[in-house]
Amino acid sequence: MDDSVQNATGLSADRAASAGQGPTATAADQAEPRHAPGHRTKVLVVKPGLDGHDRGAKVIAIALKEAGMEVVYMGLHQTAEAIVRAAIDEDVDVIGLSILTGGHLPICRRLMELLRAAGAEDLAVCVGGVIPKKDIPTLQALGVKGVFPGGTHLDDIVAAITALTR
Amino acid sequence: MDVARYIKNEKDQIEDVILSSGIHVKTTYGPEDLEAIGFDYATDLGEPGEFPYTRNNFSTGFRTREWTTRQYTGFGTAKETNERFRLMIDHGQTGLNVAFDLPTQMGLDSDHPLAMGEVGRVGMAVDSLHDFETAFAGIDLHKVGAGLTINAVASIMLAMYQAVAEKLGFDRTKISATPQNDIIKEVIGRGAWIYPLEPAIRMIGDTIEYSMTVMPRTNPVSVCGYHIRESGATPAQEMAYAFCIANAYIDETARRGYEPEEFVGRFSFNLNIFGNLWEQVAKFRAGRKVWATNLRDKYGVKNPKNLMLRGLFAGGGSGLTKAEPENNIMRGAYYGLAAALAGAQSTALCSFDEAYAIPTERSALLSLRTLQILMDEVGMRDTVDPLAGSYFMETLTKQMEEKIWEEMRDVEDHGGIVTAVAQGYVPRKLAWQAYEFERDVQRGDLIKVGVNKYVTSEEEEVELHEYNEEWAECQATDLAELKRIRETGPVKTTLQALEGVARKGENVMPALVECCKAYATVGEMADVFRDVYGVYKEPNIF
Repeated sequence: MDDSVQNATGLSADRAASAGQGPTATAADQAEPRHAPGHRTKVLVVKPGLDGHDRGAKVIAIALKEAGMEVVYMGLHQTAEAIVRAAIDEDVDVIGLSILTGGHLPICRRLMELLRAAGAEDLAVCVGGVIPKKDIPTLQALGVKGVFPGGTHLDDIVAAITALTR
Repeated sequence: MDVARYIKNEKDQIEDVILSSGIHVKTTYGPEDLEAIGFDYATDLGEPGEFPYTRNNFSTGFRTREWTTRQYTGFGTAKETNERFRLMIDHGQTGLNVAFDLPTQMGLDSDHPLAMGEVGRVGMAVDSLHDFETAFAGIDLHKVGAGLTINAVASIMLAMYQAVAEKLGFDRTKISATPQNDIIKEVIGRGAWIYPLEPAIRMIGDTIEYSMTVMPRTNPVSVCGYHIRESGATPAQEMAYAFCIANAYIDETARRGYEPEEFVGRFSFNLNIFGNLWEQVAKFRAGRKVWATNLRDKYGVKNPKNLMLRGLFAGGGSGLTKAEPENNIMRGAYYGLAAALAGAQSTALCSFDEAYAIPTERSALLSLRTLQILMDEVGMRDTVDPLAGSYFMETLTKQMEEKIWEEMRDVEDHGGIVTAVAQGYVPRKLAWQAYEFERDVQRGDLIKVGVNKYVTSEEEEVELHEYNEEWAECQATDLAELKRIRETGPVKTTLQALEGVARKGENVMPALVECCKAYATVGEMADVFRDVYGVYKEPNIF
């Protein structure tokens, strides 16, 4: 019966494991700019975990699209495994997580581990939502590149993501 | 969807005011405005307590009975929740409003891998009847009603409530439960959905049917405009979508051969308050009229008791700001004022720290006190519908009524609410409105104090409700212990019986009560439905 839950969230044990066999480029391999001029930044916007309050995620998805980026909106109830797999399959530049429940530390920790295991740590991870100030250094230490607590200007988010993918 | 848009001239004088629902407000109003819109006392207002209930559901309003306060409560394990319940009852709270954690809302047991880090975080963790026994211990369930804020598995939780009441010696005909049980709004706005809409709506029909026949004091559905508004709807859309959703549940139940007259009196609404005060009050006055008219004209409902829009008018989180959080205490007071002026039967406020975390004990109590001051100190019980007869308020109420009907027709034009939601029309529209609102606040076109006007650079630290990792461990230990000591035979047979009725399309409620009494877990019951019904897929709206 658990399978149906896992299907609902895009997770299955096999595929989670195969996330570890994705492209192998690492940040260290890349001396030159990541992208040819004219590359359109591609962002995966997703809500990990069980929380379904997706207004913020949708607002960000629209704001990024309006700024000319390509957005893959993955929606609700996603696991870290499914997110990493989708990010690799879709070849995105940035993963944008929206988390409102307070679970951002364990979720980001797990996601960063999986990205490393998949050799995809050059993907920039950003997190927005209900993020207490005291947690920001911890998130940065985990390798999260952008932290956007509720109330952050949309323009600032667009600018930060643009800078990350330049 | 929040504050009005102010069009100003170069001298900073206001030239036009445009409310979120698109209505323009004039500088002054007089008798000519009422004449222009064809205002008629008898048909537009009527006396309080009489059709179309614009003024109030009851002739004496708060004089006879003040509103019920239902602060949303529940966190950690059943034990902590029980302590908080008793505290709030001691402080004069008159109804419980139970918050469940996300695994419970999603029909997952506390030991499920997806529950990791979420057990007890945003509400109480419930795995089995054992947890309900602890949560409701020492509470007089004949006196205190319980709102159960749960949707996808509301049928399970209603069955659990009956099971616990009977276990604790209460009479199922005398207990009052109000499960939220509105799955369409979950799909629009709150996201705690599991099953596809069609079987999910059928289960709501099951709870309505069951309430009629077995638990007469139950209000099986609380239709939530609240979360729809939080997702970006205007006040007019909030009401319109809520009414369209309620109509969908009426249709599902009527399909089974019941007359709407037999059950619509059990419906209640959960509606939102933030933003422009006048627009909120007009929205509720117009809303009572639209709902009563809809029931009379579309469903032939006649009994006055069944025509009333009953429910919770509650201060919304989206009006609150993260910047200068203590300003939210004042905002809450004004939202409470709007609820009182609109004649709310029951109310609650988001607490000032909810932009950061779920409320602390102190902030939840502040919200309760805010509401109590309105009733006891500033005159909100004095007279019914105090704004009635105001040229402005009556004009606005009538304009709001037209807007609500217009939005309801728009939903019909897009195939009805189920299609308009499942195919993305409504979610797409709301996402865009939410985006435009955010953008306009950030540009300074819409004013939020402390956010884009009178901004101070200092950041305040807020005392936060902390999540206790031990709750998850306690819950896991309890669940393991339960699984060890319960008799597996009855669990298995009751779950099999549940699957049987679900497959046959029969009412699932009696079988669920038996599962609960056998200490089957929420996850086990929810999984039966997953197997039978499958799961919902979000439409792509981008």
